[in-house]
Amino acid sequence: MNKSYKRYFPVFVLPTLAAFLIAFVIPFVLGIYLSFTEFRTVSDAKFVGLSNYITALTADSSFAASLWFTVKFAAVSVVSINVIAFILALMLTRRIPGTRIFRTIFFMPNLIGGIVLGYIWQVIINGVLYPFDYSITSSPTFGYWGLVVLMNWQMIGYMMIIYIAGIQNIPDSITEAALVDGAGPFTKLFKIIIPSVMPAVTICLFLTITNSFKLFDQNLALTAGAPSDRTQMVALDIYNTFYSRIGYEGVGQAKAVIFFAIVAVIALAQLSFTRGKEVEG
Amino acid sequence: MKRKLLSLQLAVLCALSCMSLVSCGKKQKTSSVYFLNFKPESASVYEELAKEYKKEKGVEVKVVTAAANNYEQTLKSEIAKSDAPTIFQVNGPVGYEAWKAYCLDIKDSRIYSYLTDKSLAIKDGDGVYAVPYVVEGYGIIYNDAIMKKYFALPDRKTDISSAEEIDSFDKLKAVAEDMTAKKEALGIKGVFASTSLLSGEDWRWQTHLLNIPLHYEIAEAEPEADHALSLLKAKEISYKYAKGFENVFDLYLNNSVTSKTLLGSKSVADSMAEFALGEAAMVQNGNWAWSQIEGVSGNTVKESDIKMLPIYIGRDGEKGQGICIGTENYFAVNKNATEAQQKASLDFLSWLFSSETGKKYVTEKLKFITPFNTFTENELPNDPLAREISRYMKDSLVENIPWSFTAFPGEAYKKAVGSALLDYAQGDKSWEDVRKTVKESWKSERN
Repeated sequence: MNKSYKRYFPVFVLPTLAAFLIAFVIPFVLGIYLSFTEFRTVSDAKFVGLSNYITALTADSSFAASLWFTVKFAAVSVVSINVIAFILALMLTRRIPGTRIFRTIFFMPNLIGGIVLGYIWQVIINGVLYPFDYSITSSPTFGYWGLVVLMNWQMIGYMMIIYIAGIQNIPDSITEAALVDGAGPFTKLFKIIIPSVMPAVTICLFLTITNSFKLFDQNLALTAGAPSDRTQMVALDIYNTFYSRIGYEGVGQAKAVIFFAIVAVIALAQLSFTRGKEVEG
Repeated sequence: MKRKLLSLQLAVLCALSCMSLVSCGKKQKTSSVYFLNFKPESASVYEELAKEYKKEKGVEVKVVTAAANNYEQTLKSEIAKSDAPTIFQVNGPVGYEAWKAYCLDIKDSRIYSYLTDKSLAIKDGDGVYAVPYVVEGYGIIYNDAIMKKYFALPDRKTDISSAEEIDSFDKLKAVAEDMTAKKEALGIKGVFASTSLLSGEDWRWQTHLLNIPLHYEIAEAEPEADHALSLLKAKEISYKYAKGFENVFDLYLNNSVTSKTLLGSKSVADSMAEFALGEAAMVQNGNWAWSQIEGVSGNTVKESDIKMLPIYIGRDGEKGQGICIGTENYFAVNKNATEAQQKASLDFLSWLFSSETGKKYVTEKLKFITPFNTFTENELPNDPLAREISRYMKDSLVENIPWSFTAFPGEAYKKAVGSALLDYAQGDKSWEDVRKTVKESWKSERN
């Protein structure tokens, strides 16, 4: 049996491997290479060494500003998304009627594309602010909280589904034993449920952290950085560097590589931290 | 055995699908003419033109249209492909700087020979690298019905009797402010349509309006030189007509349909709709806006009432100032295309601007005022704004302002100015800060 698997190995793996190479590995390597070059289109690159990185980190103040804005955004939205999603998951795993309908409804925003969501929330937020003679561009605070609300609205449903799956996986015997031993609701929550769903926490934190950092289309549609680029997140800053300045393509690419490294470090650190908290079932 | 058969079948299926993918990839051949269109509003017309051309000449023309505000992005990715655009567009000298590695020298082409004024083409050394194909103009578009209503008011405070008599900033300001005071009587919400400052919708101010003070600055510094070229070389600007810009911008803001703090959410389409619905009497825009005015459902503006005024900025001796006329649409032919493709592309362009069919489409459907001598006096688009443009072009008593903004430092500069203007409108910045942005970003983007 094993032998025949081996025989067909190339036939089954090659298509996927080819797709992986074409759609991921090659663009990634090419992207890193381009960050060391000056180019107009990807086919006419000229090697310039580290100068793109130097420009990105020193001459261009928008990168640091947008990075700080992104960190502030990610910190708040990661916490709020996971706390709210977990509370919803707890409520919707009780045996009360209607939970299925609510699960579906909470999940639905996740199926709408980011650009559409961005415009919808722009209309909603402007509608609320108009009577007070404000619009979402009046102050970066509006844009910031708009993004947080938007991100919560979109991601909570998805994270909730993962938490629900985690909670449902807890064997009844454990909860019943806890009950018999006289555990109150808080003891049950902190000593049984949360430790048991740590694998789900790992996944949810990973997804929310990376998605918050990489947020682009929602940012573009909601504020596009207004006022004065003060609600511009890193992905949008990279996009603007790449496209709206002649001769800055390489700098944009260098920013993208730095950004990749930052997100990778944060995500890996988070993974190893939460993995350590997981209990063996 | 059964399982083995299944896996064999799967394997064959996989292999087949792989092969079909590969063969698909091979079937695609490069097109002889590939035109990357800049104007989304004309996309369907170019499709029809391609069909006509195929019928008449038997040559396939592939038309791809970039989404609004996305031309640079689309061009950047398309031109790197093996099936690259053979005809593309650059937006003036700055655009040419960016794309010069891809522009073919077309000084021997027919399309260049058709140019009435050869100085309009983009030249570099001995070569000609891009040819403009449409002349456009902008100013303050006004609704004469509302203006007549105002000039018929018995209690008006101004002493002129028609909009055509407005020949200076002071008169414009007096009329606009008096109109605002009487807006209930006139049935309007404001004199000027919203000063759209939504991101990506602020080009009427950071590009078009800023053109006027900077043009006068450079024209006075070097009266003999080519203004766009000297602006292109300018490492710094003094922005001496800042006050002029501020005059006009404040006038727009203070007499607007929308209150200042809400302008950050308004688009150009919003302000054109306000104008078309008769909520505003004036709006700064160009002749391309006609299709937008015409397309608003429930529009109340009559074609015969649409007129255009110059944008006066309150400089000395501004009587006789005209509207801003120029172009930022230049065709270039891809240098890296095969010789056959280059020839086919140039043939298509000269067909478009000299054959009967081509010219008919250009004037009637694309509604272009072209800079080519193949078009006669009668072959002009028949819409009210285009008629206003040609009226100003023919009027020997006015001096029209060229589009020097094609020499502004690039998108990042315009974006910075636009953001500063939004901040000013919302009260977060003073004019002093805006001046600083206008001057300092110029310096930093140029160096």
